[in-house]
Amino acid sequence: MDRILMSGNEAIARGAYEAGAKICSAYPGTPSTEIFENLPQYKDELYCEWAPNEKVALEVAYGASIAGARSLCAMKHVGLNVAADPLFTAAYNGVGGGMVVVTADDPSMHSSQNEQDNRHYARSAKIPLIEPADSQECIDFMQEAYRISEMFDAPVLFRTTTRVSHSKSLVSTHERTEKEIKPYERNPQKFSCTPALAYRNHPKVEKHMRELEEYGNTCPLNKMEIKGHKVGVITASISYLYAKDVFPEDTSFLKLGLTNPLPMKLIREFASQVEKLYIVEELDPFMEEQIKAAGIDCVGKELTGNMYEFNPQLLRERIFGEKPETPELGVKPVSRPPALCPGCPHRGFFYAISRHKNYIVTGDIGCYTLGGSAPLNAADTCVCMGGGFTVGMGIAKTLELTGQTDKKVFGCVGDSTFFHSGMTGAAEIIYNKGNMIPVVLDNSITGMTGHQDNPGSGKTLQGEIAEKLRIEKILAAMGYENIIIVDPQDLKAMDAAIENAAHSEVPAAIVVRRPCLLIKGIKHDIGKCAVNQDLCIGCKSCLKVGCPAILVENRKARIDQNQCVGCTVCAQVCPKKAIFRKEDV
Amino acid sequence: MSNTKSALLVGVGGQGAILTAKVLVNGLMKAGYDVKMSEVHGMSQRGGSVSTQVHWGDKVYSPVIGKGQADIIVAFEKMEAVRYADFLKKDGVAVINDYEMASSSIAAGLCEYPKGCLEAMQANYRCFVLNAEKIAEELGNAKCANIVLFGGMVKALQMDDIDWESVIAETVPPKFRELNLRAYRAGREAAVC
Repeated sequence: MDRILMSGNEAIARGAYEAGAKICSAYPGTPSTEIFENLPQYKDELYCEWAPNEKVALEVAYGASIAGARSLCAMKHVGLNVAADPLFTAAYNGVGGGMVVVTADDPSMHSSQNEQDNRHYARSAKIPLIEPADSQECIDFMQEAYRISEMFDAPVLFRTTTRVSHSKSLVSTHERTEKEIKPYERNPQKFSCTPALAYRNHPKVEKHMRELEEYGNTCPLNKMEIKGHKVGVITASISYLYAKDVFPEDTSFLKLGLTNPLPMKLIREFASQVEKLYIVEELDPFMEEQIKAAGIDCVGKELTGNMYEFNPQLLRERIFGEKPETPELGVKPVSRPPALCPGCPHRGFFYAISRHKNYIVTGDIGCYTLGGSAPLNAADTCVCMGGGFTVGMGIAKTLELTGQTDKKVFGCVGDSTFFHSGMTGAAEIIYNKGNMIPVVLDNSITGMTGHQDNPGSGKTLQGEIAEKLRIEKILAAMGYENIIIVDPQDLKAMDAAIENAAHSEVPAAIVVRRPCLLIKGIKHDIGKCAVNQDLCIGCKSCLKVGCPAILVENRKARIDQNQCVGCTVCAQVCPKKAIFRKEDV
Repeated sequence: MSNTKSALLVGVGGQGAILTAKVLVNGLMKAGYDVKMSEVHGMSQRGGSVSTQVHWGDKVYSPVIGKGQADIIVAFEKMEAVRYADFLKKDGVAVINDYEMASSSIAAGLCEYPKGCLEAMQANYRCFVLNAEKIAEELGNAKCANIVLFGGMVKALQMDDIDWESVIAETVPPKFRELNLRAYRAGREAAVC
C-alpha cells in the first residue's frame, strides 16, 4: 500500500482507531486538538466527543474502560493538571479495557502558558509512559499502548510534543482490529477507591511497575542500534530524529519508546558497549537523572540545557560547538505578535473596560487573552482555565478587607471556558458574596484552538444537533439577579452594561454576546469601513482599539480594505466622525 | 543529512503558506522522495508570524531545521524574510514577495516598519523578488498570490524534473485550478534574480 503523509495528531487518531478504541473523550488544546478533529471519520466504529473539560474527558474514558471498552482521551500538557485527580486513582484501581491518555506537551511554549514536562506525571502516578518520535510511531505505538495497558492493568500516558503532533511524515496504515466487549459485570472491589482498597492497591501498582520495567528490557518499543563503540546516545521522542541528524554515522543509539519505567537492564547493557554516553532529551533531565542515579556515567543537560525545544542545529552547536555562519543584515524586523482579528467581538468589551483605570480585569485562556496586549492592555491577570473568575475573587476579597473601595474587579471567561471551569467560579462568587462582576465573553465557539463545539454551541463533535446550554439561565439558577446581555459591537450599550453591573445593588453578571466572525454556516454582517481624509485630524484615537486593519500614514488614518470587515468599532471611537461604513453611505 | 534539502516558508497567518507547502510536498512525494514537514499552529494564526518547514531527500530524520540549514526560504512578506534570514545556508536562496504587511505593533503605533528589508537580503543572499500580490490581483484574485510565489520558488529550486503543473492541478480545489495554473506560470515568469 502507498504511504501517505500524516501529522502526528492524525496518526494518533488513526492508531487509536486501528487498535480498536471505542469510547473517546477530549477537551481541545494546542497542540493536541487535531487528534479528536480526526476521529469523527471513524464514527461508524467508535464514539467520540468533546467533553466540557479534561477531567471530565478522562473520567468518561475511564468509565468506558471500566465497562470493558478500549478508550482514549487527549489533552494539552496543562490539561493533564486538570485531569490529574482521576488519573492517579485510575492508576491504583487499574483498568478494564485498555485506556490511553494522550498528553501533548509544548516545549518553547508556541501556544501555552508554561513549559511543564509531563513525563513526570507518569512517574508520579506510577503508570507506563510511551513516547513516539514520528507519525508512523504514533500509529504503531498506539497498538502497543493498549496492549501494555491491559497487560499491566494501568492507564497509559502517551506523550507527544508540538513537533511530534504537528510534523507530517509518511506512514503506512493497517486495518482496524476489533476488540469485543464482554457484558458488564460489577466489580466494586476493583473500581471503588476506598482507603482500605487503596492500601491494598499500592503494592500491586509497585509490583506492576517492576514487571513493566522488566518487560521494557525486551519490549519492541525500545531499540538498540549498535553502529560503533565510541559514542552512544540514549534518546526518545523527537530528540531521536534530531540526534540522528547530528551525531556521526558510527554512533550507537538506544532509542526508547517506553520511557517509564526506564528499562535499566537494557540501559546498563547499552552503556557498557560504548566509551562515551550522551542522553539527549528535551526539557527536564527525566531520563538522565534516573540513569545517573543508577551509577551510569553520562553527559546531557550540562551541554543541551533544560529549556525550550531543540532542533538539529541547536544540538550541533551545544554538543559539538559548531556554530553556523550567518551574515549581519543591518535591518531589524519588528515583532509580529498575534492580535484580535479585525471584527473580533472581544474588541468592544476590552476597549470599553480599558477606559476605566479603576477596574481590575482578571482574564483567562482563549482568544480573549489577547485583550491584555497593547494597545488595549485590558487584563491584569491570566492564570489558567477558569481562573478569570476565581483569581478575581481573591483580589476582590483582598480589596474588600483592606478598604480599597474605589476599585472594582471584572472577571472574564469565554463561553467554552465557562463550561470548562468557569461555572464553579461563578458559584464561588455568589456563594461567598464576592464583590466582583463575572463576565462571560460568549462568541459561541471555542475560538483559539480553531473552532471546536462546546456545550453552548448546539452541536457535538460527531456533528449531531445537541442541547444548547444557555449561560444566562445557568447564572440565573445560581442566583445572579441582574444578568445583562450585551452586544459588544455597540460601544454605548457596552459602556452602559459595565456601569449597570458595577453599580448593581443585586448580584450582577454580564454576558457579552456576538458570534466569532470565523464561524462558518451563519450569516455575518460584513462590510468595509473607510476614512474620510478631510475629516481625519490624525489624533490616533482609532489606534486604541487595536485593530490590525487600521494604520496611520502621513498623519492620517487609513483602513486596509483587504482586512476590514466593517465592524465599526473604530468609527464609534473617532471623535471627528471621520470613519464611516461604506454600506451606510 | 548531506543529501537532504530543506525549505522554509514564512509569512503572516492567513497568507496561504500551508497550502503552498502542501503543493511542494505533494510534488516531492510524487518524485519518490522521503518528505517531512512541520508547522506551528495555535496563537500564530491570529495575524502572527508563521513558518512551515519542508525537509526532503532519500532518507529524512528531523522534520525541523535550525539556523544556517535551509536551502531556500520563501517569504510571503518581506520583513518576514529578514526575520528568518539566519535559517538560510550561506549559499542558500531566498524567494521574496515584495509586499509589506504592518504588524499589530506597527498598527498600534508602537514602532515603524523597518526600511531596506529587500536591499539587505539582496546584499547578502541570492534572491528572487516578485510582487505576488500585484500579479495575483492582475490575474483577478488576490488569493492566488501564494501560488504565484510558488512559481518563483520552483524557478529558484530548479527542480524541473517534477511536473509541477499537474501537482498543482491535483492539490488545489477544482474551481480554482485554472486560476492557480496561471498564477504558477506568472510567478515563474516574474521571478528574477
